[in-house]
Amino acid sequence: MENLNEKLIVTESPHIRSGNTTSGIMLDVIIALMPALIAGVVIFGYRAATLAVVCVSASVFFEWLWCKIVKKPSSIGDYSAAVTGLLLAMNLPVTMPFWMAIIGAFFAIVIVKQFFGGIGHNFMNPALAARAFLLTSWAQAMTTWVAPFSKVGADAVTQATPLAQLAQSVDAVSTATSVSAETVQLPSYLDLFFGTTGGCIGETCAFALLIGAIYLLAKKVISIKIPATYIITVAALTFVFGGKDGLFTGDALYHILSGGLMLGAFFMATDYVTTPYTPKGQIVFGIGCGVLTAVIRLWGGYPEGVSYSILLMNVASPLIDRYTAPKRFGAFKEMKEGGKNA
Amino acid sequence: MINLNTLRKLMGKTKIYTFSGGIHPHDMKAATKDKPIIDLEAPGELVFPLQQSIGAPANPCVEVGERVLMGQKIAEAGGFVSANIHSSVSGTVKAIEDRIHPNGVKMKAIIIENDRLEEVADELTPLDEKTVTAAEIVERVRAAGIVGMGGATFPTHVKLSPPEDKKIEYAIVNGAECEPYLTSDHRAMLETADEVIAGLKLIMKALGLNKGYIAVETNKLDAIAKLKEYAAKESDVEINIVGVKTKYPQGSEKHLIKALTGRCVPPGKLPMDVGAVVNNIDTCAAIARAVLKGQPLIRRIVTVSGDCITEPLNFRVPIGTSFQYLAEKCGGFTKPAAKIIMGGPMMGMALTELDVPVVKGSSGMLAFSEEMALPQPTANCLRCGRCVTGCPMNLIPNVIKEAVCANDFEKLAKLNLNDCIQCGSCTYVCPAEQHPLQYVRTGKAKLSRREVKA
Repeated sequence: MENLNEKLIVTESPHIRSGNTTSGIMLDVIIALMPALIAGVVIFGYRAATLAVVCVSASVFFEWLWCKIVKKPSSIGDYSAAVTGLLLAMNLPVTMPFWMAIIGAFFAIVIVKQFFGGIGHNFMNPALAARAFLLTSWAQAMTTWVAPFSKVGADAVTQATPLAQLAQSVDAVSTATSVSAETVQLPSYLDLFFGTTGGCIGETCAFALLIGAIYLLAKKVISIKIPATYIITVAALTFVFGGKDGLFTGDALYHILSGGLMLGAFFMATDYVTTPYTPKGQIVFGIGCGVLTAVIRLWGGYPEGVSYSILLMNVASPLIDRYTAPKRFGAFKEMKEGGKNA
Repeated sequence: MINLNTLRKLMGKTKIYTFSGGIHPHDMKAATKDKPIIDLEAPGELVFPLQQSIGAPANPCVEVGERVLMGQKIAEAGGFVSANIHSSVSGTVKAIEDRIHPNGVKMKAIIIENDRLEEVADELTPLDEKTVTAAEIVERVRAAGIVGMGGATFPTHVKLSPPEDKKIEYAIVNGAECEPYLTSDHRAMLETADEVIAGLKLIMKALGLNKGYIAVETNKLDAIAKLKEYAAKESDVEINIVGVKTKYPQGSEKHLIKALTGRCVPPGKLPMDVGAVVNNIDTCAAIARAVLKGQPLIRRIVTVSGDCITEPLNFRVPIGTSFQYLAEKCGGFTKPAAKIIMGGPMMGMALTELDVPVVKGSSGMLAFSEEMALPQPTANCLRCGRCVTGCPMNLIPNVIKEAVCANDFEKLAKLNLNDCIQCGSCTYVCPAEQHPLQYVRTGKAKLSRREVKA
């Protein structure tokens, strides 16, 4: 037998790996977002696909450019920039001008992500931060919603989002303005479930988002903790406080299916980098997002609160992690015994 | 939190014995689990490093040129926590010199040239199962040089002699064998179930118990059935065969105790502090052979596997046999081996060279090709938390890594580094190819160096 000794690799244990990789995880997220993107294209037209391509290309380009400028090995191969770009597109109205989307991608990749050290170091979800940035910069462009299946263009039919309509209907009752409650036609649950309402490209179709979510859960890319606690909290709070006729009359299902909740809960509040890594912390995070979303939706100035609540909870994540560290193995027993002796 | 087992009880299902945390690696046991143990003929030269257990090394009690018999004591335990070493062949002591130990360090070893006569020394006389006393069992286990054969090599007689104030309630035999690839315990349970049961009965007698447990992962149902068949024959004592969930590191002593008894061994304490004594399957069989047949520990079962072994096999190997010889007996390598591991792939040790001897703690030999052995480039930590949920000791490996890199000793001191059982789950699951376990080890070293200075 040939002498192998000089060629033997010596490393510390363990000697095998699970085979999970960053790029594999990001690719799974991209795959999981495909049903929602397809739904967006079907509902809002081909421009949704073009916008997604623009966002993804711009994000990947800025990531590549940044690595080039600071002379780091290029990190576009981990697909995280592509995920950011895709999520950004999902969060834009289909009529968004391309140049604004490109600026959004720049903000997400360079300012939110790379300025803080690249993947793993950003403290806010880059796509959501970019959305918030675009919303403050070009509020008009960011809140122009076209009606489903209407052609994008000068003669596009605009339509308010379901949440804006709901807010309108509630306001109509409380302030008795000229718009009476009856004239505000709310979309049906079926419309909400299949996404044939006004809204961002990727947020309206709960059905498509759920398909993607099931894929991510089955592949164990995300855990159910954050999405479940988030959605349940929103449902509970909107049921209790969201009704026109007093407590416990709110339409929780309407709130769950409308706005960016499904997209946010399954795809953005589960971003590893900006959410807690402790199991307990993830539950705290989900509840926190839910409370903030419900508060903004019911009492805030905006009809929608998903992106701001996730961003706010992103910032709180390190603190949550610190206070929800897992309990030391065997420590409880020791305390109990110590208590007995004392 | 809702207790899963309470729910299962309400639903009329049986309890799942397990712990929280842990991982599910591919078990890779198919290559060898159906291969009967082959008695390996000893090679011409055998090497016995003097360190074969945790604790003090043994002291040679033979001289160069002396003829020794199979089973003759060649090195005397160097203290209470230490173990005797016996020759696994008859032959002549060729030298007592520095040789490379499987752990990569040069240390004194006794080299014996095999004369192939297989003359047996009768230093130890068989004892009768019915009349043997607890003290005699412990003494025999010590004399036979028996150590924990799962890999930790803790001298077994120490486990069997708990201090007066520790009341032992659970005698547990560890047949979890949660390491991927390894099937040595699985085969031992199937082929030597009688010895395993007899060994457990002796352990129970030594500890004054009439109840014992054998825990086997539920991926080895044939072994569970076999053991149950033998356990049913015992009328005077109660032997429970318990199926535990297939999950790594189920075979960790602390986690097996947790799964079976619900008790947690507190940090820095021993299993006997919660009234449990855990022994490996092969250790148990070795106790039976030592007491009832008068055989010292001179052979052990080794699984030889890995992606470049021609024919993966289970061997009963005379201790002191070279790993190179083992590889040859399996038909050599199908492609160049880039990494040779002693033990399992999760906690085993990478060998610095192939020509090192099998010692009492060598449960397996794995040969991996370059594609499996080369470390991948690491990426940034994603904070995905897989290491946190995977850690069976509830540590936070990603934070430990950060603290070690930053030399933040204040933080490190609070992260319970010494709780780490080095199971490697954190590193196995990391998608960024980071090596948190290595940082835990570095952190421990840094902390102890600092304590020495202070």
